[in-house]
Amino acid sequence: MYKVGIIGDKDSILGFKAVGLQVFPAGSAPEAEKLLERLAEENYAVIYITEQIAKDIAPAVENYNNRRFPAIIPIPGNQGSLGLGMQNVKKAVERAVGADILFRDE
Amino acid sequence: MAIMRVNPTRMELTRLKKRLRVARRGHKLLKDKRDELMKKFLEMVRENKELREKVEDMLIRVHTDFLIARAVMSSEILEGALMFPKQRVELEVSTANIMSVDVPVLDFKTSGTDDGEIYPYGFAATSGELDGAVGTLAKVLPFMLRLAQVEKSAQLLAEEIEKTRRRVNALEYVLIPQLTDTIKYITMKLDENERGNLTRLMKVKDMMLEQAHKAMNR
Repeated sequence: MYKVGIIGDKDSILGFKAVGLQVFPAGSAPEAEKLLERLAEENYAVIYITEQIAKDIAPAVENYNNRRFPAIIPIPGNQGSLGLGMQNVKKAVERAVGADILFRDE
Repeated sequence: MAIMRVNPTRMELTRLKKRLRVARRGHKLLKDKRDELMKKFLEMVRENKELREKVEDMLIRVHTDFLIARAVMSSEILEGALMFPKQRVELEVSTANIMSVDVPVLDFKTSGTDDGEIYPYGFAATSGELDGAVGTLAKVLPFMLRLAQVEKSAQLLAEEIEKTRRRVNALEYVLIPQLTDTIKYITMKLDENERGNLTRLMKVKDMMLEQAHKAMNR
């Protein structure tokens, strides 16, 4: 049975506890990186990370991009969206198509 | 024009011709694979974009509600209220195969009370904003999981497309021209040898005839 985890600053992720996700508060980037490593080894299939944290540990996140599990998904934290998640979608399109064809009209 | 370093022999020629046939076939197959992957990828990435917009919108709403809840309640009460969640999310993960790329399929189950009641606290000590936030969060959760599945699949497909495209290009622009050029080179070389041989024979014949004439006249 796989689990769903969420990493971020405490204030952003507290609410996710109520809906049944496993919550892992992380205050700093190294702490988050360690957490991420640990969760990836345990059977977490999906790990959400707040964008504020994700942007600081981007290299660690990219390590998991080509693996099947876990799926690491950035979500906006309580300081609003940084557009990081959208950027990732855009990057995937550029990688596959060679040019950005989804977002060009924005 | 780049040719391989091979001996211009007939055996080498047949070998190269066979390789060229295989390369052409592989090229065609890979190209078809790339096109199909691209089609699937575009579908997926469009859904990805829409889902992400939706999820981000909803999450930002959740966060504002939470902010207000935190402002009107003490943090101890808030944390206490959320400490023991009523439902747990469990994932069943299987894989689907899209053009030989294994993509995850997430099937989630929420375990806990099944009367749709997700608030793990009594309403007396908490504010209404918290109810709103938790309610929206419960609604956004299925979309978040769907987003995780689609986004991961899109990433994996992108990777596979990149690889396939490299292979197609390597075949199209390097291996196949090289093979055709080498085959042409060997054919020309063999033809040239053949012509050389023919002239040599004719020359020998002329010389033999001359000798025969001289012998007759003597």
